[in-house]
Amino acid sequence: MRVRLAVILGFLAVILGFLAISPASAESLVVSLSFNRLAVTSTYTGTSVAVFGAIERDGQAGARSGGYDVVVTIRGPRQALTVREKAAMGPVWINRAQQKFAEVPSFLAVLSSRPLSEIADEATRRRLRLGLKAIVAAPDMTLAAPAPDDPFREALLRLRRRERLFTESEAGVRFLSPSVFRSTAPLPATAPVGAYDVEVLLLAGGVPLARHEARFDLVKSGVEQSLATFAREWSLAYGLAVGALALISGWLASVIFRRD
Amino acid sequence: MQIYLPIAEMPVSVLVLIGLGAAVGFVSGLFGIGGGFLMTPILIVMGIPPAVAVATQTAPIVASSATSVLAAFRRNALDLRLGVVLVLGGFVGTSLGVWFFAAMRRAGQLDLVITVAYVTLFTVVGGLMLAESVRSTWARHRGRPRPPRLGGDHAAYMAWPLRMRFPRSRLYASVIPILGLALFVGFVGAVLGIGGGFILVPALLYLMRVPTGVVVGTSQFQILCTSFVALVLHAVQNQAVDIVLAVILIVGGVFGAQFGARAGRNLRSEYFRFLLAILVLAVGLRFAVELMLRPEEPFSIVVQETR
Repeated sequence: MRVRLAVILGFLAVILGFLAISPASAESLVVSLSFNRLAVTSTYTGTSVAVFGAIERDGQAGARSGGYDVVVTIRGPRQALTVREKAAMGPVWINRAQQKFAEVPSFLAVLSSRPLSEIADEATRRRLRLGLKAIVAAPDMTLAAPAPDDPFREALLRLRRRERLFTESEAGVRFLSPSVFRSTAPLPATAPVGAYDVEVLLLAGGVPLARHEARFDLVKSGVEQSLATFAREWSLAYGLAVGALALISGWLASVIFRRD
Repeated sequence: MQIYLPIAEMPVSVLVLIGLGAAVGFVSGLFGIGGGFLMTPILIVMGIPPAVAVATQTAPIVASSATSVLAAFRRNALDLRLGVVLVLGGFVGTSLGVWFFAAMRRAGQLDLVITVAYVTLFTVVGGLMLAESVRSTWARHRGRPRPPRLGGDHAAYMAWPLRMRFPRSRLYASVIPILGLALFVGFVGAVLGIGGGFILVPALLYLMRVPTGVVVGTSQFQILCTSFVALVLHAVQNQAVDIVLAVILIVGGVFGAQFGARAGRNLRSEYFRFLLAILVLAVGLRFAVELMLRPEEPFSIVVQETR
């Protein structure tokens, strides 16, 4: 009886103690992006987005012994895609196996204040989707049964990294003061237009403390926007116009280069 | 100098593309072919989405073939009658090809069909042309030039029913083999995303015995009609025609085609056939090598949709 009471009291103490350092209430994040909407014009050759953040602490929060860690994840418009693998069939190499992915970010940048392996252990990284590997290994990426070292997921990661569409920078977040940080992610010109989600996660000692989400849009503007709209909504007229343009250029060339 | 393409959604170097357009235009003007089979793979290698590359490269073909047709028309090097018959057959073949394309895509073997078709078609056509041109060059060197044209040399299929007179080509032949050829070219062109000039030119030369002077103009006429229709269809169906990319390629292409056509006129007939054979054979072998070699990266990504 006594033993049981002690166990219950011990439990209560642990729960109360846990509540006292409850992660949600102690710290919060204030985040601002260098832009919320960027117009893509004819001279666009890529850009970079800066993320500024401040950590706000209420009075109860004790000092974190190990300091804060920040991980910024930027996800571009989602794509449905297929990864195919070539295999030898007799003398020729052809696409054999394939795996479909339903929702893969077209652009993915993970920036952190320290190497991710020092920020959190592997289980936490996988649970919080921290880092390219953890994001690509997430079970909802594909309908295929999750397998360790799935070659298709690895290929997706490898190919996209090579195109600089997936990047990971372990020194991408810099603390300007103990509670103010800044991070800059390059956006290559091949990153598609659309909505980008920015997720900022604050951690200390491998435990998530606060999360903030923001977004920015990459939009075509001016002539590019008008042309794209025209091509989509008046496709027959657009096609005929390009055809007429080609015919007129051909005729002009024959007039200019006429020898007689 | 970089410029952002509104439909392809990526920046490209203008000067590189103009140079590329000029180079392909030169080849196109030289041989009277569209040049799509050269342009499409190069654009894809440059990172332009395949759908946009296939659709947009029809525009410079329309422009350069329009120039060639006008030039041929002035020089009376165009058999309009033969051209119209070819175009009619070509449209039927194109429709069949588009249908076959969709069926193979559903079956999931489109890539294989395209590569194997490239390899067989290009190596066979290229090989035959090369053998023929080497034989005739050899004969000429031995001092026994083969007569360029023989009245009674026509193949049996030319005497099939529905014969029609093509005075400009000095041809009196059944329209059935001509329509069949045009149908085949249209079919292959739609499946491979090319104009098919490289098949049409040698076929007119060797199978139909159309005089070399008329072949280029007539084939360009057929290419002009087919690629114009293809351009509009691509714009309506796939919305993949990029007008900025089209303008850049046209500017390079029309200039290149002019010089190509001029060079072609100064080229001796055997060399003309020899060079075209080498070009076609080289493209076929390139695809064969790609098919046979162990790929450096066996995986590839195909994006179906961006949301």
